Amino acid sequence: MSIKVQIPSALRRHTGGVGSVNCEARNLEELFSALDQQFPELKPHLRDEAGRVRRFLNVYVNEEDVRFLGGNSYAFQDGDEVLLVPSIAGGAC
Amino acid sequence: MSTSYLLRCRECGKTWGNQPKSVCEDCFSPLEVSYDYDQARREFTRERIAQRSNNMWRYSGLLPLPADYQPSLPVGFTPLIPAPRLASELGAKCLCLKNDAVCLPTLSFKDRVVAVALANARAFGFDTVSCSSTGNLANSVAAQAARGGFKSWIFIPSDLEAAKVLGTQVYGSTLVRIAGSYDQVNRLCSQIADEHQWGFVNVNLRPYYAEGSKTVGFEIAEQLGWRLPDNVVVPMAGGSLITKIRKAFDELTKLGLVEEKTVKFFGAQATGCSPISTAVKRGSREIEPQKPATIARSLAIGNPADGHYAIRAIHETGGWAEDVSDAEVAQSMQLLAETEGIFTETAGGVTVGCARKLYAQGRISPDQTTVLCITGNGLKTTDALSGAYQAAEPIPPKFAAFEDYLETTLDIPAEVA
Repeated sequence: MSIKVQIPSALRRHTGGVGSVNCEARNLEELFSALDQQFPELKPHLRDEAGRVRRFLNVYVNEEDVRFLGGNSYAFQDGDEVLLVPSIAGGAC
Repeated sequence: MSTSYLLRCRECGKTWGNQPKSVCEDCFSPLEVSYDYDQARREFTRERIAQRSNNMWRYSGLLPLPADYQPSLPVGFTPLIPAPRLASELGAKCLCLKNDAVCLPTLSFKDRVVAVALANARAFGFDTVSCSSTGNLANSVAAQAARGGFKSWIFIPSDLEAAKVLGTQVYGSTLVRIAGSYDQVNRLCSQIADEHQWGFVNVNLRPYYAEGSKTVGFEIAEQLGWRLPDNVVVPMAGGSLITKIRKAFDELTKLGLVEEKTVKFFGAQATGCSPISTAVKRGSREIEPQKPATIARSLAIGNPADGHYAIRAIHETGGWAEDVSDAEVAQSMQLLAETEGIFTETAGGVTVGCARKLYAQGRISPDQTTVLCITGNGLKTTDALSGAYQAAEPIPPKFAAFEDYLETTLDIPAEVA
């Protein structure tokens, strides 16, 4: 599946300034592997020492939090747009 | 008299100086303001605090404020009042309310965080400030931006209470309604903040903004006579307030202003949006996001960014988290009003309702000093009680008519009355 990934500006210094990239991946695991390969400098920022995707990184697919779509089991569709967004809150308290 | 401070990553510890930035570029974790506590030890003393005005700026020594900052509004220092009548309803003995329903200038605790955020927005050179909001933050950013001469852009979910919408527009803000949930608004604002040079109080100014919440904790301790309570019950949306009250208590202890004590932290949520209390009850340290469905819109954050830290604060102090139904929220708003004369918004109903459960479960001991944090004003969410009261038929302006009315209303025989 060909999907489009938006890189937030906080991480673009690890992608040579690239803000948007096309990847071939069937699921999240493959997506992060593809990003690891394409941007080796980005890898330690997306994954912790144990190789897990970092806790405060939220992944959205077509504007929906991927955890509502099944998380790691979500199967990408051709043309999906993926956003990587740091976890930030507001609200009342 | 601010102490020197800088941004530090909460997870990897890397420092980032002072800049409009909320995320560590190395590990993506949140940044937090850290202080030079050796310097603070000399400047942040009970005596120095007592010499200053009765508002949150008396705690400037542990707030991230530019050296030349001159506050223009008396924000905070809201009443901490004993609540004996509510206590007897809940089966408590020593219960206090921290009443931010009367925080100035916009009647919610958000005035505290916005005040600190805008001080930094000015220092960083922003002429436009912005936020994603469930309402109270919108009101506060709009009002304080007007007072400070900033332009403001406010992003809200389209289903907000009418009073919170009007209470933003009246200040001349540009209000952008988003057809989506708060979590979607928030995600959008992260993207906007990435591209526009605006001071988003809860995105790129977030570390500074969040420190303003500590003043709730500083005030509770000072108003108790420089001692810490045994328990606090705090409403949770993003989970920030509960962690910042804990930080405030820890700082006061570290600097010797209060005696060390383990304060139990109890979190309150609405059942219709309870990702944090659900995790606590399951014994999990991880948040599973939810799609909010509750009248407590100011707490309707299904993906709480500080949820992880809120769980930690609750777990490490021996506290707990509870949640209540929408019906219980409305009943608890009425209970607080009827017993203590405080009209709180839905979030306050959540706090009172959860406190009732926590006492009933024996998780809070009746004899201990417990503080409930009331964070907003009921006049902003009157729709939560629509239908609760019927408008009575008017009666003629005649004494006899009133006597008749009294008789039928009280159903008391005339000769007895």
